[in-house]
Amino acid sequence: MAEGIQLRLKQRGPIPLDARLKCAPGQVLALVGPSGSGKTTILRAIAGLLRVAEGEIRCAGESWFDSGRGVYHETRQRRVGYVFQNYALFPHLSALHNVMEAMLDRPVAEREQRARDVLARVRLAGLESRVPAALSGGQQQRVAVARALAREPQVLLLDEPFSAVDRATRQRLYRELAELRRDLAMPVILVTHDLDEALMLADQLCVLHQGRTLQSGEPYAVMTRPDTVEVAQLVGLRNVFRAGVVGHDEARALTIIEWRGHRLEARLQTAFKPGTQITWVIPQGHIMLHRRDRPSRGERENPVSGPVIECLPLGENVALTVAVNGPDRPPLFLTVPAHVARRNGIAMGVEIGLSLLADGIHLMPSDDTRTPAKSR
Amino acid sequence: MDWSALSLSLKLAGLTVLILLPLGIWAGHGLAAHQFRGKAWVEAMLALPLVLPPTVLGYYLLVAMGGASPVGQFYESVFGQPLVFSFEGLLLASVIFNIPFAIQPMQRGFDAIAPEVRDAAACCGLSRWRTLWRIELPLAWPGVLSAVVLTFAHTLGEFGVVLMVGGSIPGETKTVAIAIYDRVQAFDTAGAGVMSAALLLISLVAIGAAYFTHARSRIRRYG
Repeated sequence: MAEGIQLRLKQRGPIPLDARLKCAPGQVLALVGPSGSGKTTILRAIAGLLRVAEGEIRCAGESWFDSGRGVYHETRQRRVGYVFQNYALFPHLSALHNVMEAMLDRPVAEREQRARDVLARVRLAGLESRVPAALSGGQQQRVAVARALAREPQVLLLDEPFSAVDRATRQRLYRELAELRRDLAMPVILVTHDLDEALMLADQLCVLHQGRTLQSGEPYAVMTRPDTVEVAQLVGLRNVFRAGVVGHDEARALTIIEWRGHRLEARLQTAFKPGTQITWVIPQGHIMLHRRDRPSRGERENPVSGPVIECLPLGENVALTVAVNGPDRPPLFLTVPAHVARRNGIAMGVEIGLSLLADGIHLMPSDDTRTPAKSR
Repeated sequence: MDWSALSLSLKLAGLTVLILLPLGIWAGHGLAAHQFRGKAWVEAMLALPLVLPPTVLGYYLLVAMGGASPVGQFYESVFGQPLVFSFEGLLLASVIFNIPFAIQPMQRGFDAIAPEVRDAAACCGLSRWRTLWRIELPLAWPGVLSAVVLTFAHTLGEFGVVLMVGGSIPGETKTVAIAIYDRVQAFDTAGAGVMSAALLLISLVAIGAAYFTHARSRIRRYG
């Protein structure tokens, strides 16, 4: 099991794929991307439910698929635990028998006790005799997880396992999965389109688009330091602009860029030579609102200002759109807690000051084909 | 009451069900679980006996199984007797004209199983045989039961094809439906009435039992 899973999948159609992934034992890899980006297709290919034209899949030191050598293991020959989006429980069998069906390679005498143990591990003790229809959504999900684990899989595949339950149940299941995964020795691949879910549960994140793996890495890093504008857009970063590199101040570990007449200090990124055009991005969490009543020291860091052109209450937060250097240029977006907005008297048309924290300014190659011209 | 005709009808219906049950499971499962080129044509061919007038179907079966046909000649050379106007010929015709009644409900039964459930069975490591036996058949059970009942009841009542292929040989090919017709021809309405009532009762019991079993299995599964 030391090797985890590595795969390379390529095909032109019917579902285009060009994906490379690896996940170490005990790690959770989240596949994120919009609908139709190939997340589920990759899971199905790993499970052997879909045969891809070209590529390799190696798991726990075993080759499951190698198009070059003509190796292809059927689903039944691969030890995968698969939690389907709608769980796909056997509706006519009790929770206990659902789990027992996944342990046919064990001696008959052991199966029932072992199935009871697995169900107890996912907190379903006492509900073993219920059929799926008599269980709640969260309980069904746990039976599906128990069934997947009962096979003692070499890889655990979770296909949007939290999408079919209500919010409160989801929060509880997150905690349970986080606890459970500490004991799991196999690689876990989680498909989700919820970035917060990925951030909470995953050790690695892989962004997919149209079947291509665009960027992999530690979730927070991918979400705050995307490699390309395309990834930035896919991880929901809205503050994407173009600028020119002025120079590097290595003593202060800063790169200076010029944006709309402002000299902005960014984290040192020497890969971009002075004079080159770049695209830069800043996550909303790195934009600091200046207090209107009491200026603070932090305001000296990349200060910009402008009027609020949109002020949208979203429950406990308020989403603000601020026009910097004129209303015809792409605005800055940020979210502040509702009480902060209230205390600072923020409303439509009010002029506010912001600091763009240098550590959050991330530079990317200028991408004229993908960056809308207006983002300058 | 023509007991010999009734027992012949029950024997014919029972054997037809016995032959079509595995055949229908195989074909219904195959059609539901697989997509292939020309599937619509195969389905149309299998449904043909539903729309053909029984006498037309009977005529073609008579020609296909007659002494002049390769099938008829082969049968006669092996068993030393003609296939038409024999119980075996009648059974073959009965199997053919019941194909849609057996396959269609079973196909619908297998079709109703979510594809992910089959995928989940494969991921659990279940063999194809175990998947069929343990997962698919119990889930497609209402369709299988409908097929059995429809085939049985339809065989009991079939008249046109039976008359064309089997004639009306007492104890060999004279089924209860033919016997009723004979009784009416002979102005024995009381005899025809008794036999009709018996057929009605048998059909009603079969269909009632199927509905009852179906309803019970739903209650068990969905509470």
